[in-house]
Amino acid sequence: MEIDRALGWLQATPVAKAISENELLFPWIESVHVLSIVLVVGTISIVDLRLLGVASLDRSARHLMQDVLPFTWGAFVVAAITGSLMFSSDAVNYAHNFFFRGKLVLLALAGLNMAVFHLVGIGNVAQWGVTRQTPLPAKAAAAVSLLVWVTVVAFGRGIGFTMH
Amino acid sequence: MSPVFTKSLNAICLWIDQTPLSQAIQVTSWVVPAVQTVHILAIAVVASSALMIDLRLIGIFWADRPMKDVFSRFLPLVWWPLLILVATGAIMIIGEPARSLKNPAFQLKMLLLVTALIVTGLLQFFQRQNATFGDLRSGPQPLAVTVAIVSMLLWSAIIFAGRWIAYYA
Repeated sequence: MEIDRALGWLQATPVAKAISENELLFPWIESVHVLSIVLVVGTISIVDLRLLGVASLDRSARHLMQDVLPFTWGAFVVAAITGSLMFSSDAVNYAHNFFFRGKLVLLALAGLNMAVFHLVGIGNVAQWGVTRQTPLPAKAAAAVSLLVWVTVVAFGRGIGFTMH
Repeated sequence: MSPVFTKSLNAICLWIDQTPLSQAIQVTSWVVPAVQTVHILAIAVVASSALMIDLRLIGIFWADRPMKDVFSRFLPLVWWPLLILVATGAIMIIGEPARSLKNPAFQLKMLLLVTALIVTGLLQFFQRQNATFGDLRSGPQPLAVTVAIVSMLLWSAIIFAGRWIAYYA
């Protein structure tokens, strides 16, 4: 397939070859990936639990998102870079791995959920964002977010157990 | 390590390996990945909660809020998930005793964990002893910043060592 040829080219690049051939590079990159994904999931759940009305209720949802989400995004960028590096080292096999494909779909879902939430759900955040209560769409988005990120971690582990 | 210690560690690993529970985990392929997933999720809670406290001590998170509020929000989430971590960790050890107990990465992880817990306990102690601990009105406090940086390094190292268990096996 055309895409397999592109992936074959990717895994033949010097960076990808270095990662697949060096015994230490992959574990180090993977460790940074785990650290960053742990921080993505942990920090985003702080926001999700606020939107669900479970925790941090003494902080407005609008404030809390401003406080926490920059750290989530920082960690996500690191996770995406390290994830791409690991992917490049064995691109064709990853691309055919069920859990890897599932993880990409889940990440797309997380992005879509966030986009819908930001475009529709928090339109009037200036009003509801300062109260203890959160509207139903915000609660729904938070529940989807929590569920998706838990599943992302599970699928990530699935990749580890079905590759190599 | 002393030969006596190595010998008894071997005996312990062998004994655990023969228990029905260990055998059951070994033949059920989904148990370890499922338990690892729960383990990682609990670490996400602990590490992120510790990070929020540490960033507050440095002065780049919730700088407008008193330390007391930050502790009451996040400190329980450093301590309580440890129960889940110990339980899931124990299942992994029982399933593969030699791969974990005899593993230098695992042993280092346990050492780092004990240190991180002591540092967390120290933070709690400082907070109780001194109501102005972590107060940012005259800038970040050197002691608070030092403990925060040590805490962040320790939790990161714990996660790294955890991942390296797989590569030392």
